Amino acid sequence: MSDVSIIGAGLSAFGRQPGVSGREMAVSAIRSALADAQLQWGDVQVAFGGSDGAGLADTLVADLGLTGIPFTNVKNGCATGGSALVSAVNAIRSGQAQIALAVGFDKHPRGAFDPRAEDWGLDAGYGDAGLMVTTQFFAIKIARYMRRHGITDQTLARVAAKAYRNGVLNPNAWRREAISEHDILTADMVNDPLTRYMFCSPGEGGAAIIVASEDVARSTGLRPVQLLSVATKTRRFGSFEVFSPAVQGTGEPTSVSSDAAAEAFQTAGVRPDEIGVAQLQDTESGAEIMHLAECGFCEHGEQEELIASGATEIGGRIPVNTDGGCIANGEPIGASGLRQVHEIVTQLRGEAGDRQVAGAPKLGFTHVYGAPGISACTVLGV
Amino acid sequence: MTDVQPPVLEGSRCGVCDNVAFPRSRGCQRCGAEAMQVIDLGRRGTVWGFTVQRFAPKSPPYVPPADGFVPFAVGYVELPEGVKVEAVLDCDDVADLEDEAVVELVATTPVPRFTTTRVFQEV
Repeated sequence: MSDVSIIGAGLSAFGRQPGVSGREMAVSAIRSALADAQLQWGDVQVAFGGSDGAGLADTLVADLGLTGIPFTNVKNGCATGGSALVSAVNAIRSGQAQIALAVGFDKHPRGAFDPRAEDWGLDAGYGDAGLMVTTQFFAIKIARYMRRHGITDQTLARVAAKAYRNGVLNPNAWRREAISEHDILTADMVNDPLTRYMFCSPGEGGAAIIVASEDVARSTGLRPVQLLSVATKTRRFGSFEVFSPAVQGTGEPTSVSSDAAAEAFQTAGVRPDEIGVAQLQDTESGAEIMHLAECGFCEHGEQEELIASGATEIGGRIPVNTDGGCIANGEPIGASGLRQVHEIVTQLRGEAGDRQVAGAPKLGFTHVYGAPGISACTVLGV
Repeated sequence: MTDVQPPVLEGSRCGVCDNVAFPRSRGCQRCGAEAMQVIDLGRRGTVWGFTVQRFAPKSPPYVPPADGFVPFAVGYVELPEGVKVEAVLDCDDVADLEDEAVVELVATTPVPRFTTTRVFQEV
């Protein structure tokens, strides 16, 4: 397979932006990525993108310029950005294009998501009974995990506190105030054992990534980051997901995150212990803890010591969510997966400012997970 | 005296690989077969995982009880057939749900509802 590199990465502002539409955030992210790659919109030969609830990506050409390129809409929940990126990479590998764009954006109203049971193939009774609440799933999963693997509430609080601390160092983050572990632990309980400060909030933002062929990436003046692998997966039999009326099969549930991460590492020819900086889906702090093991960065149960030792801090052995993750940046569903890639690109280029991982990391990893059991992972290198 | 039938959940068993699904399924998630046999699931199981809904979910769609929202436990109950069914879990104290507590089916609509056997026996 031919090599593909990221030559441009851009973000809009994240967090509440009254009067700014999700589409405007997408355009802002694309313009930022184009400037980063020293390109004009007319240079982009194919595009893929989407949002969960802020409109169709292919309508963005009205603001960017009607250049006639193929522009495919992607709607894949939290993996929207990852799926768009896979499509862009494949367009380069197939020879369809030399320069391709992936974009994701969203603008969610305040408060929890309120999905309709019928849209998820469930009886309306699940809505009536108060079970169409995404946070219940995360709480049930981490509560069971904590019992089985000896993870404590203190570790949940440590992960959230790290996210807010990293957010302070990230000028583009939504949440930029540190919150103490004590305040996190004593905040209102949402779903036991998760308090309100352990969760990310539905948010606003756009993210864009421009990928290119080897020939283009060698152009002078660029700072390409190699996309060593990108893998997307849907769940296998026996998995435990948001809005499952039942978990089928026997034994421990399968993990789509494990499947996607394993394929990404294998394709890249890289081991998890070689990764210098990682982005793991942190819908809530329990998710980051479980994804550390599911993606291969430690054994189940080792997180208790690993996190207490500071290993996942910016100065640690395997810094995780250096930009504050979903907890500090919010969760605009379409954008989060590409925000993660943007952060790793920024870190590998050594341009992360106050939150830069020391020692010039050479390999990075990104992981998104979402309903109804999808995951996308990348391994990036310089 | 009227005969009150105990509630029962209807699932399906795959005619090819024996995998049990809830709710009854049109195709097997494990092997993809279409031959499904409708079965009654066991009424007693153990708590596989749970949490507590501390705040009233958004209405609509949530329909709170007539006398107002009270926090409730929600989780998964592992049935003898191996399938883990999502359910509202009635209990006096959420601590009663720990340690794979045994629970019994008390209602099937709007969603499955189980109760700790201790509470059940007191009724």
